[in-house]
Amino acid sequence: MAQLSYREAVSRGIAQEMARDGRVMLIGEDIGGAGGVFKTTGGLSEQFGRTRVVDTPISEQAILGAAMGAAMTGLRPIAEIMFADFFAVCWDIVVNEIAKMRYMTNGQVTMPLVIKSGNGGSLRMGAQHSQSVENWAMAVPGLKVVTPSTPLDVVGLMAAAVRCDDPVLFFEHKGLYASKGEVPDGEIVDELGKAAIRRPGKDATVLALGLMVGRALDAAEELAREGIDVEVIDVRSLVPLDTQTLLTSISRTGRLFTVEENPRLLGWGAEIASIAADECFWDLDMPIRRITTPHIPLPSADSLEDAVLPSVDRIVQDVRKGVYL
Amino acid sequence: MTAIRTEHEYGAHPSVLPPAASTAQDDLDIAPAVRLDLYRRLEELRQFEKRAYDLFMQQLVKGTSHLSLGMEAISAGFGGAMRKDDYTFATYRGHAHTLSRGVPMAPVLAELLGRANGLMGGKGGSMHLTSVEHGVLGSYAIIGAHLCVANGAAWSAQVRGSGQVTVCFFGDGTTNIGAFHEALNYAAVFSLPVVFVCENNLYMEYTSIAEITAVPSPAADRAAAYGLPAIKIDGNDVDVVYRTAADALELARSGGGPSLIEAVTYRHGGHSRADPGKYRPAGEVEAWLAYDPLTIYRARLARLGVAESELDVIRGDVAQAVDEATEEAKNGRLPDVESAFTDVWADGGSQWRN
Ligand SMILES: Cc1ncc(C[n+]2csc(CCOP(=O)(O)OP(=O)(O)O)c2C)c(N)n1
Ligand SMILES: [Mg+2]
Repeated sequence: MAQLSYREAVSRGIAQEMARDGRVMLIGEDIGGAGGVFKTTGGLSEQFGRTRVVDTPISEQAILGAAMGAAMTGLRPIAEIMFADFFAVCWDIVVNEIAKMRYMTNGQVTMPLVIKSGNGGSLRMGAQHSQSVENWAMAVPGLKVVTPSTPLDVVGLMAAAVRCDDPVLFFEHKGLYASKGEVPDGEIVDELGKAAIRRPGKDATVLALGLMVGRALDAAEELAREGIDVEVIDVRSLVPLDTQTLLTSISRTGRLFTVEENPRLLGWGAEIASIAADECFWDLDMPIRRITTPHIPLPSADSLEDAVLPSVDRIVQDVRKGVYL
Repeated sequence: MTAIRTEHEYGAHPSVLPPAASTAQDDLDIAPAVRLDLYRRLEELRQFEKRAYDLFMQQLVKGTSHLSLGMEAISAGFGGAMRKDDYTFATYRGHAHTLSRGVPMAPVLAELLGRANGLMGGKGGSMHLTSVEHGVLGSYAIIGAHLCVANGAAWSAQVRGSGQVTVCFFGDGTTNIGAFHEALNYAAVFSLPVVFVCENNLYMEYTSIAEITAVPSPAADRAAAYGLPAIKIDGNDVDVVYRTAADALELARSGGGPSLIEAVTYRHGGHSRADPGKYRPAGEVEAWLAYDPLTIYRARLARLGVAESELDVIRGDVAQAVDEATEEAKNGRLPDVESAFTDVWADGGSQWRN
């Protein structure tokens, strides 16, 4: 058992899979010698050599195209898109090519690849380096989408993503890279499509993802002191979506809150809210509440960013209001 | 130097004319059997595309289709030169490139007709022809993307040491999108076994390539930027294409890295569907129709002593094959609606939740 940082867990997970399977390759900008801009790939180039850990030019389309063509022909690449915001310059390869190729060819092609990327805000980097874009990916049929919130989940979900025969977008939260957690020794393999109940409770279900999981847990602690018993679920996987775990909890507590870092419109919570409205409406004791960043680009000043990202305070207030409705 | 912005009317740009017919390539070192094979390919691609056009006009082919009529020498020449396990990446204008790798006509036609016996069961259509077992790793309809994907297949062949070469076809218009430049630099940097083939048919969709490109030769003039030699060839002469292809394939196979080939050609019809191609100056179309890949090749074979009757037999055989394929395609049933829900995922299904 070791205390690992979230960023160390990324390289631990990748190393585990590269050591196990010679077909696993890693490509991206500054990932090799430099160990990655976020230092999530440190040591991998030394361990596995520069033919398996490839430093590329600043060519996001070429990077993802290379990963795709290699996945179609027998390799199992992991590609890094440094900041998730940069998906915007190579989204064609993700959406039109990678996501659709198996379907269009009637199953002739398999696409075992992982795209890892630094996602999310809280680091004061401004509107072009802070976005939470999981819901862009969630909107596209053919992509699997995960966002781990703990070092242990990083290792296990990375392993599951690499072993998956479908393309997986692996969103690392930039605001969590320095966070630490226990990670047992030995091989760790998790499962895609499983949510995790982080804190059981009976009065309300709070769903969160990435950086928001910790904030939801802190809010739950505060609410517990007031006698409100909140269940916090880390959604972890948007596609496939563990609706069973989510709906069971929502039906039990009768109250659903989502805590979403993305801007308001069409966030992942909106989809879950619609599923809940469809499938457990009669179990609900109050309207569903989405706690999100407002529908604005993210500002860079710390005071402004803090004011707009969902905070522990905002979660506490919204849940309290809902429960006493 | 090209002029900045033209002052003439749309469609009245200067004509680009084909080379004069010549006997210079008659003594290229290509075995007679290979030449007959190339001729058969030309006939197959020509007659198939004509049939596809007819079926489109009969409204049996829905959506859109982009034909290679007039451009067959490029797919025929490469198809003849490639190894069985090499990879092809094509565009939406991909019927000919698919057939020239040995994919049978019937499933391709059936795919155009949206039938269950189509190459992809009716889920891809004209613009996405793919046959992995023949090395056709796809036809792609977003300009530029597949050059990047082709690099990946080449990278994989390099890693696996398989000796396979990837050939990627695209149009002149594609040289102006970013992905082209990303892909060329990437291939050159990693010395990938890939051959990029620009089919310069002088037009993007409805605009002359010369009008919107900073250099006269859209691919060849860019090669130097990636440390590659400028290769510009007559894309209507199947022997020239075959020789150029063989050299580039050999270079890539022996570790010499990528090539960029600009093959100049012309499409006989419009860009797609029933586009009449009216934006092309008077005289240009006629000149290129006369410089037809099949016409010039038949003339060469005749000069080399092949009896016209022998060529007519091939032509007749192909005509029969196209008729049979048409029947087979038309006899296919419509796909089951359930098939719309298969193969989103590797488990064969389309479930996104439990
Ligand atoms: C990114 C993108 N932009 C525009 C189009 C629309 N489009 C389809 S074909 C085409 C012309 C391409 O010209 P060229 O590369 O010369 O190929 P050709 O059709 O002549 O074979 C265009 C603009 C597209 N499919 N993708
Ligand atoms: Mg063109």
